[in-house]
Amino acid sequence: MSSLTAVLILVCLAGVFGALLGYAAIRYRVESDPIVEQIDEILPQTQCGQCGYPGCRPYAEAIANGDDINKCPPGGEAGVKALADLLGRDIKPLDDTLEESQPTVAYIREDECIGCTKCIQACPVDAIVGAPKLMHTVIIDECTGCDLCVAPCPVDCIDMLPLEQDVRQWQWPNPANDTDDDNIIPVRQVS
Amino acid sequence: MNTNNNSVHSTELAGRSLDEIVYFSQHKFHGGVHPEEHKTLSNQSNIQALAIPPELIIPLNQHSGRQAMEVVAVGEQVKAGQLIAAAEGDLSANIHASSSGKVIAIEDRPIAHPSGMRDRCIVIATDGCDEAEWLPPIEHPFKADKQQLLRRIQECGIVGMGGASFPSHIKLMPEVNKLVINAAECEPYITCDDRLMREQANTLIAGIQLVMHLLNASEAIIGIEDNKPEAIAELKKTIKDAQTSASDKFAQNTSDLKNSSIKICVVPTKYPSGGEKQLIELITGKQVPSQQLPLALGLVMHNVATIYAIYQAITQGRPLISRIMTITGDAAQLKGNYLTRIGTPISFALQQADAESCDKVIMGGPMMGFEIFDTQAPVIKSSNCLIAAGKGELKATDAALACIRCGECADACPASLLPQQLYWFARSDDLEKAEQYNLFDCIECGACSYVCPSDIPLVQYYRYAKNELVQRAEEKQKAAHARERFEFREYRKKREKAERAERHKKAAEARKKAAHQKGQTDEKKATIADAVARAKARKKSSD
Ligand code: SF4
Ligand code: SF4
Ligand code: SF4
Ligand code: SF4
Repeated sequence: MSSLTAVLILVCLAGVFGALLGYAAIRYRVESDPIVEQIDEILPQTQCGQCGYPGCRPYAEAIANGDDINKCPPGGEAGVKALADLLGRDIKPLDDTLEESQPTVAYIREDECIGCTKCIQACPVDAIVGAPKLMHTVIIDECTGCDLCVAPCPVDCIDMLPLEQDVRQWQWPNPANDTDDDNIIPVRQVS
Repeated sequence: MNTNNNSVHSTELAGRSLDEIVYFSQHKFHGGVHPEEHKTLSNQSNIQALAIPPELIIPLNQHSGRQAMEVVAVGEQVKAGQLIAAAEGDLSANIHASSSGKVIAIEDRPIAHPSGMRDRCIVIATDGCDEAEWLPPIEHPFKADKQQLLRRIQECGIVGMGGASFPSHIKLMPEVNKLVINAAECEPYITCDDRLMREQANTLIAGIQLVMHLLNASEAIIGIEDNKPEAIAELKKTIKDAQTSASDKFAQNTSDLKNSSIKICVVPTKYPSGGEKQLIELITGKQVPSQQLPLALGLVMHNVATIYAIYQAITQGRPLISRIMTITGDAAQLKGNYLTRIGTPISFALQQADAESCDKVIMGGPMMGFEIFDTQAPVIKSSNCLIAAGKGELKATDAALACIRCGECADACPASLLPQQLYWFARSDDLEKAEQYNLFDCIECGACSYVCPSDIPLVQYYRYAKNELVQRAEEKQKAAHARERFEFREYRKKREKAERAERHKKAAEARKKAAHQKGQTDEKKATIADAVARAKARKKSSD
């Protein structure tokens, strides 16, 4: 009798732990190939698709499978260099057909918008808000400047504007490549 | 590891009296330079009030942190001391009108900033009446509770006036045992703190007592360079008077003040003794750990001008609408210190000091200041000095030569860094390496550039590298955020697709069922029709 209870308890325990482990395996599953993670970490996450893939992560996977590292214009030369360092490949100039792009944000001319929701469907990061037949607007802080909402708009009311720079974003220039003397503020002034 | 070190440090200091600490201090820090002082140019005469300018241009962001939000509209009449822009969040400060008049514009104007850019300002056309509206004074400040005093300091828009303009109430929140007052004023040319101490020693000592009460500190020590004998004498006398006179205005209100002590620590003149960490090392002989605040040693430091502003805010209800500013330089005929309203155009201040024919204008000192390209820019809360330089007074930077690895910069660096290494890292864009070499401990004092025989604009490289590192970190954060949103959207799309498929399936089933039913009814109808037809036919045939 008592041996039967022991067996039953053990069976129950095994079942519980099995279930727990199974759950943990699903819940805490290692997302994917760590090299893909590392590549994705370097890509700028603009999600613009200029690389020919539907987003940065798919491109990261493609690179891991041997695709070229010079297809991401928002990442620029710096991005290519970082990828080359990571993967031990040679630095290649950015693909000729692509141009290194400046950071921009989308801006909807709201009085012209007809509320067709096409741009919402195009935006890869859900940065556009609006309801059918009502004016739409871009949440600037969320916009990655990917350009994908511009083409679908039937009334052409979306502009890509350069990200405005104010005093708070201003940076000291790099004296190494700053030839304009005016920008170097002399600090050594007491003779 | 680091935190361990701190606790050791802080207990080391906490257990000892300032007297003892100062006695054992070596009164020195690593490096430093001795540039010509040029202080007597401006410290010979009393502080004078600068006239009210016809137009006050008051920037909404005069400090590190967020821009304040305007609370007045164009056309509105304002009084001196009236709140015109309210702080947005903790790291921001209230802004007040510095004289009475009418708001004529709220727009981008040139500001005093190394970029030479414009920023949002409230422009007031003054009416010359200077009608004021202060907050009610706090009657018994030594009985008031800490929160009330802190709220007042915050309301009055007080920020640190020594440089970084950090909102003062935040720095006063913790309780510490020891307060350090920064009166070193180590940069050449600048004398505004010197004059303030000579002329307002009484107020300053009362202010220090107030701040000690706020922090619950029992000891305060004033760190001052030995090139200000008059100020030292004045402070010493005032401290003695305050301790002996029983009739002291505040001492009678509180018993524990009698036990509190204010000391003066005279430090040798060497630039940059006024750097926060350098002054603390001079006084206590202890170093504030890398990337940490003096709080790690159980200390809080405030500048004398800030103490003065805090005193006025509490006892007079006066917001920070003016400051003492040195106007000096060969081109200024009326050199001296001026009580200047925040928002006074630099051009107006120069005109009042008869300094319009200058070669160039520097805001701040010659070591850490920056050139002003548009003198329409206004004076702000942190503007301690204007240098109207005459021809040849300030040496133009020669073209940089190659680094000869002489090591002078490392000898001069007060933060004990390796400026030469940092320079190479910044140049080769190896910024992570620069960070590892404690780039962020650089206080941008310029001592390294000052001694560099090759005239390399070293500080420029460090500023660039710091900016770039901060920006890269921000970009990384932004990218992570975008990735999250992208992934969520993918997930949402997948879910929606699944839901749609589910719906379609259901709809299809429903249709099928409906069609099936319809089929059955059709069959019935057909049978009935058939039957009817047969019946008719039968009827016909029987006819
Ligand atoms: S090109 Fe656009 S989508 Fe492709 S990796 Fe670069 S940012 Fe991402
Ligand atoms: S696609 Fe153009 S018209 Fe349609 S909702 Fe977006 S902005 Fe408005
Ligand atoms: S500017 Fe920085 S690196 Fe140069 S001496 Fe000062 S603290 Fe050292
Ligand atoms: S002082 Fe100038 S030349 Fe000498 S090691 Fe430093 S950077 Fe090089």
